Amino acid sequence: MDQFTLNLIVVGITFAIYVGIAIWARAGSTAEFYAAGQGVHPVMNGMATGADWMSAASFISMAGIIALAPAGGYTQSAFLMGWTGGYVLLALLLAPYLRKFGKFTVPEFIGDRFYSGGARLLAVVCLIIISITYVIGQMRGVGVTFSRFLEVSTDMGLYIGAAIVFAYAVFGGMKGITYTQVAQYVVLIIAYTIPAIFISLALTGAFLPQLGLIGDYAPAGGDQAFLAKLDQVVTELGFTAYTADTPSMLNMFLFTMSLMIGTAGLPHVIIRFFTVPKVADARSSAGWALVFIALLYTVAPAVGSMARLNFTTTMWPGAVTGNALDQDAVSLDAIQNDPKLSWVRTWEQTGLLVLQDLNGDGKIQYFNDAKLAAENKAVEGATKALADARAANADAARITELEAALAAANEARIAKGAEVTVGGQTLAERGWVANEVVKVDNDIMVLANPEIAALPGWVIALVAAGALAAALSTAAGLLLAISSAISHDLIKGSINPNISEKGELLAARISMTFAIVISTWLGLNPPGFAAQVVALAFGLAAATIFPALMMGIFSKRVNKEGAILGMLVGLVFTSVYIFLYKGWFFIPGTEVYADVPANYFFGISPLSIGTIGAILNFAVAFAVSAVTKAPPRQVVELVESIRIPRGAGKATAH
Amino acid sequence: MVDRTGHVTSDRTSSNAYWSANVRIILISLAIWFACSFGLGIILRPALEGIMVGGADLGFWFAQQGSIYVFLVLIFVYAWRMNKLDREYGVDE
Repeated sequence: MDQFTLNLIVVGITFAIYVGIAIWARAGSTAEFYAAGQGVHPVMNGMATGADWMSAASFISMAGIIALAPAGGYTQSAFLMGWTGGYVLLALLLAPYLRKFGKFTVPEFIGDRFYSGGARLLAVVCLIIISITYVIGQMRGVGVTFSRFLEVSTDMGLYIGAAIVFAYAVFGGMKGITYTQVAQYVVLIIAYTIPAIFISLALTGAFLPQLGLIGDYAPAGGDQAFLAKLDQVVTELGFTAYTADTPSMLNMFLFTMSLMIGTAGLPHVIIRFFTVPKVADARSSAGWALVFIALLYTVAPAVGSMARLNFTTTMWPGAVTGNALDQDAVSLDAIQNDPKLSWVRTWEQTGLLVLQDLNGDGKIQYFNDAKLAAENKAVEGATKALADARAANADAARITELEAALAAANEARIAKGAEVTVGGQTLAERGWVANEVVKVDNDIMVLANPEIAALPGWVIALVAAGALAAALSTAAGLLLAISSAISHDLIKGSINPNISEKGELLAARISMTFAIVISTWLGLNPPGFAAQVVALAFGLAAATIFPALMMGIFSKRVNKEGAILGMLVGLVFTSVYIFLYKGWFFIPGTEVYADVPANYFFGISPLSIGTIGAILNFAVAFAVSAVTKAPPRQVVELVESIRIPRGAGKATAH
Repeated sequence: MVDRTGHVTSDRTSSNAYWSANVRIILISLAIWFACSFGLGIILRPALEGIMVGGADLGFWFAQQGSIYVFLVLIFVYAWRMNKLDREYGVDE
C-alpha cells in the first residue's frame, strides 16, 4: 500500500470518529451548547483542554522553533515555561472562582462584576480580536497539512477541515467539541511521542525522550553527553550553541511572563473550566490539563534538539562519530540514491527544504552564513529580477543588464567569503560560496521525524492525523468562544434580552456557522501576518482579559471606571507598541521602526510587551478606582460569593 | 458561616479567615512558581553554571523540563490543600 492511501485511511478513520462523536453528543440546551451541561469529568476536561490548547503551532512548529533558533534553543525555553506556567495562574487565580460564578462566558463575568454593559462589550471586542487572530493560524494549519499529506490543494484542505468542524461544533456546541477534543488529544499525543521515542532510542539509548535529552550520545560510544555533542557539532559549523545563554535576559523574562499571563487570559481556555461540575473539579482539572500538555511539552525540546542533530549529521556524515569537518559534506549523489536519505528528497519536493550546490562541487555544505546576509539578499534579489524579466519576455539588452547585475552580486559574495571563517579557514580557502542549505523550515523538525527514524508508513500517516487533530481541536475551541460571545453576550446580553432558550440556541448555532465562514475566508485570504499573530493574541490576552478577571476576583474595590479604563489602556498600549514595529494592522511597509533590538524602548521586544501592558492595566485600574465611587453592595456580595466554593451547582442562564 | 447556597449568613470572621488562608496558600504557591521558572530557569542560570542534571546544566534543565514538573506538582498540591481548607471551614460541596 502506498503512503498516500495509508494517509487517506488513517485520516479518514479519525474524521469518521469525530463525526460519530458529533452525532452522539448533540447539544439540546444552551447550557449544553455553552458549557457541556457542567457534567464533564475533570480528567476528561483536562484532556479536552490539552487538545484545545495545543494548536497547529505547538504540534508542528514548536520543536523546530526551539531547535533552529538563531539565538540558540535555550532562549526559546520561554515557550515551554510560558505555555505551561500559565496553567498554574489559571488554577490558582481564575478557574475555581469563575466556575463558582457559574455563567457561560468571560465577558459575562466582566459585565456582572463591573456592573456595566460597556465593560462587557469591551471584553467582547478583546475576545473577538484575540480569538480571530488565533483561529486564522489554525485554519491555515489544516490547509497546509492536507496539502502536504493528502495531495489536495491548501484551499481544498481548508474547506474539508471547515466542513468537519462545522459538523461537530454547530450541532454539538461545547458538548460535541469536548468529547471530540478528547479523541483528538489521544490521536495527537500518540502521533507526537512514537517518533520521539524511536529517535531518542537511536541517539541516546533512552526510551523516554525526556531522559534522552539529558542522556549520553550513543553512536559515538556514549562518553559524551547528547547536549554537549549537539553544541559541539553546531558551533563547529558557526551556529550558536543550543544551550547558549540568552542574548537578553530581560526579554526572555518578559516574554515568558507575557506568555504565562496571556495563556491564563485566553477566553477559549478559560471557558473549558465552566464545564466541570464543582469548584474543586476546576482546580484539579487545571492540573490534569497540565499533565496532558506536559506529555507533549517535555518531549518537544527533545524532539527539536534530536532532529537538529540528525539533520546536521545527515549533512556532515563525519559528525556522527567525530567532528563535522573531518569528512566531506553529504554529496548530491548520496541524496539522490541513498535509500536512508529518501526523506531529504521528499521534503525538497515540498519546498520546505531547499538545497543548492552553489560552488558546483557536487556536495552540500551546511554552515552558518549569517555574516553573508547582505550579500545573500543581493544575490536573491538579482536572481528574482532576472527571472521576472525573462518571464515577462523583456528585451535582450535588459536581460544582459540583469545577468551582469547577478554576476556582480555573486562576485561580491565570493569576495566577502575571504573574511568569513568556518573551522579556522576562510570560505575562500575552502572553496565555499555560502550555506548551501538555502532553506530549512521549522516544521520539518517534527514532520520529517518518522522518515528520519525510518519508521513504518502508518506512523507517517498518524503524524498527518495528529497535526490535523491539533489544528482542528484548537480551531473548534476558538470558534466556540467567538460564537458564545456573539450569541450570549451580544444578542442575549444587549440586543434582545428577552430571547427564548430555543431562540438563543438557534442564535448560537447561527453565530457558530458565521464564525466558521469568516475564519475559513480569512484562512483562504490570510492577511499575511501569521507569524505575528502569537505576539498580538498573547499580548492582548495578557494586557486586557487577565488583569480584569484577576482584579474582579481579588479586589472588592476596583470599580467600573477603573476596569474599563484599565482594559482600554492595556488594549491600546499593547497593540500600538506591536504595530509600531510590525506595521499598522500588520500592513507591510507601515511600520514606524525597524523590528530590531536597537530600536526597542528600554530594549523591550514587541513580543514581550504584553507584560508591560498588564502592569499598566493594573496600575490604571487601581488608580482610577481609588478616586471614583466604590462598587455597589450587590457587587461586593457577588465577589464574596465567588470566593466560597459551596453552592456552585448548575450554572444559571441568568 | 455559609449556607448551602453560598451566601454568607453570619460570622463574617470565619469567611474572612477562610479567604486569608486561601490567599496565603496562593502566595506560597506563586513564590514556588516564580522560583522554579523565572528564578532557576532564567535569572539564576549563570550563577548555577557547573551544577549538572545529567547532560544539562541545572538552569537549562529547569527551563526546558524541571519547571514544568514543578508546575504540575504545584497545582495538585494546591488543589489538595484547598480541598482540605474547604472542609475545615465547611465551605466544600
